[in-house]
Amino acid sequence: MKTLVLVEHEGGAIKDATLAAVTAASQLGDVDLLVAGNGVDGVAQAAAKIAGAGKVLVADGAHLEHQLAEDVAPIAVALMADRDAFLAPATTTGKNIAPRVAALLDVMQISEILSVEDESTFTRPIYAGNAIATVKSKDAKKVITVRGTAFEKAAAEGGSGTVEAVDVGGSSGKSSFVGAEISKSERPELTSAKVIVSGGRAFGSNDQFHGLLDPLADKLGAAVGASRAAVDAGYAPNDYQVGQTGKIVAPEVYIAIGISGAIQHLAGMKDSKTIVAINKDEEAPIFQVADIGLVGDLFKIVPELTEKL
Amino acid sequence: MKLLVAVKRVIDFNVKPRVKMDGSGVDLANVKMSMNPFDEIAVEEAIRLKEKGAATEIVAVSIGPAKAQETLRTALAMGADRAILIQTEEEVEPLAVAKILKGIAEEEQPGMIILGKQAIDDDSNQTGQMLAALLGWPQGTFASKVEVAGGDLNVTREVDGGLETVKLATPAVVTTDLRLNEPRYASLPNIMKAKSKPLATKSPGDYGVDVAPRLETLKVVEPAKRQAGVKVGSVDELVAKLKSLGVAK
Repeated sequence: MKTLVLVEHEGGAIKDATLAAVTAASQLGDVDLLVAGNGVDGVAQAAAKIAGAGKVLVADGAHLEHQLAEDVAPIAVALMADRDAFLAPATTTGKNIAPRVAALLDVMQISEILSVEDESTFTRPIYAGNAIATVKSKDAKKVITVRGTAFEKAAAEGGSGTVEAVDVGGSSGKSSFVGAEISKSERPELTSAKVIVSGGRAFGSNDQFHGLLDPLADKLGAAVGASRAAVDAGYAPNDYQVGQTGKIVAPEVYIAIGISGAIQHLAGMKDSKTIVAINKDEEAPIFQVADIGLVGDLFKIVPELTEKL
Repeated sequence: MKLLVAVKRVIDFNVKPRVKMDGSGVDLANVKMSMNPFDEIAVEEAIRLKEKGAATEIVAVSIGPAKAQETLRTALAMGADRAILIQTEEEVEPLAVAKILKGIAEEEQPGMIILGKQAIDDDSNQTGQMLAALLGWPQGTFASKVEVAGGDLNVTREVDGGLETVKLATPAVVTTDLRLNEPRYASLPNIMKAKSKPLATKSPGDYGVDVAPRLETLKVVEPAKRQAGVKVGSVDELVAKLKSLGVAK
């Protein structure tokens, strides 16, 4: 089977989620990579070094600067003429582009796969991860998004792919990039952090959320996450949200503080290796999945914990 | 500008789904069903655009069983003007839903189609993007803000790194994220009024769409369960545990 993996990159660096998608693709067959962007020579060279990389197909054009789905999808569709499967990481970029590719190929996409059973059979979570479905695709070609936490990352070094330029197409003229507000942080990224401290609505305000959690995160070298309730309340920006419709994380240690544990939140973090919960309500559902629980007032516990670590 | 809003009847978000003993799926018998929460946000956004004078008419569409009429009545009670039910007892996959919606869009000629970014049952997150592709329209997915500016839309999107704004020429497809708005509750008088709003019923065949599934579900199982662990009595004990895990020195 010949596969094509969409390389997700930002600021000249390849995102980790791509490496998980490469692992999934390598379980299906040969792996070619698609790098779309503007001035992406460096990204293409880096992609060629990913273990298992075959051809690195580079679409380099000014109109691809922001990787708009309208412009990237037709490039992928053209490259799929002689390939059998298209895989993208299940990130907001992958989720934006892959279904567009699927529809243009008249293929029913398989979203957020957790495993590859055989070349047309996959497992995927449904109902916020409360059920795992095994699905078999009847389409001749497959279009797949890959859950980053479910596959090992392919080695970023050691491959010897060959870089090849491909037709960049043109701008659809129907969509354009206006601007972005990207959160800047010195902390690790949520989806690749080894430790995450995550806060809920119990923090009560933006000041208390950051005033208490940030020093703890810095002590632990952790990323900061949030429940939907905390994001909705404005304590943290949207990109902090962990859950069914936010980010899916699986760190070594996930510390949930003042988070009750709605199923939508659990869907995003229950594959963490160790879960620590701090909550004043000992009946909170979060304790049913926590390996280590501490019942008490977060306003007392968090400063004490930060000090003692 | 006419707006088309697609809504899906799904398990209520407060209900914990239960996997059937025979592994054939999730048990939906006697389970509370509601409008997909992201679709509620889509309906609300359409109503707000109409209230601002940016839209003239709101058409709500659902593809599903006869009972999806209730979901459409909810949309009508919130403020949609009329509804179309594409009735089928089959489970319709996102690709087929997108094909049916394309047929409706060609008939209705809306300036914008608003959908939830994903349904909380199959968690596919595909339909809006597929519909945009089939129509050759631009897409603004995972929207947290939609502004109509002349013949264009400025859509702010929730992306992994933060927020991104794109400008789309209309007609366009928008899919909603959680922060776009907070949907209203329908008032009792509006629920009564909704009963007399027009609701047309059609079938997938009317749009020449074959809804035969492309994905065969072989089995559905519960995920591995986590066992509840231990409770510690003090911060000192917690620190000791974290040290033993190697996350603290």
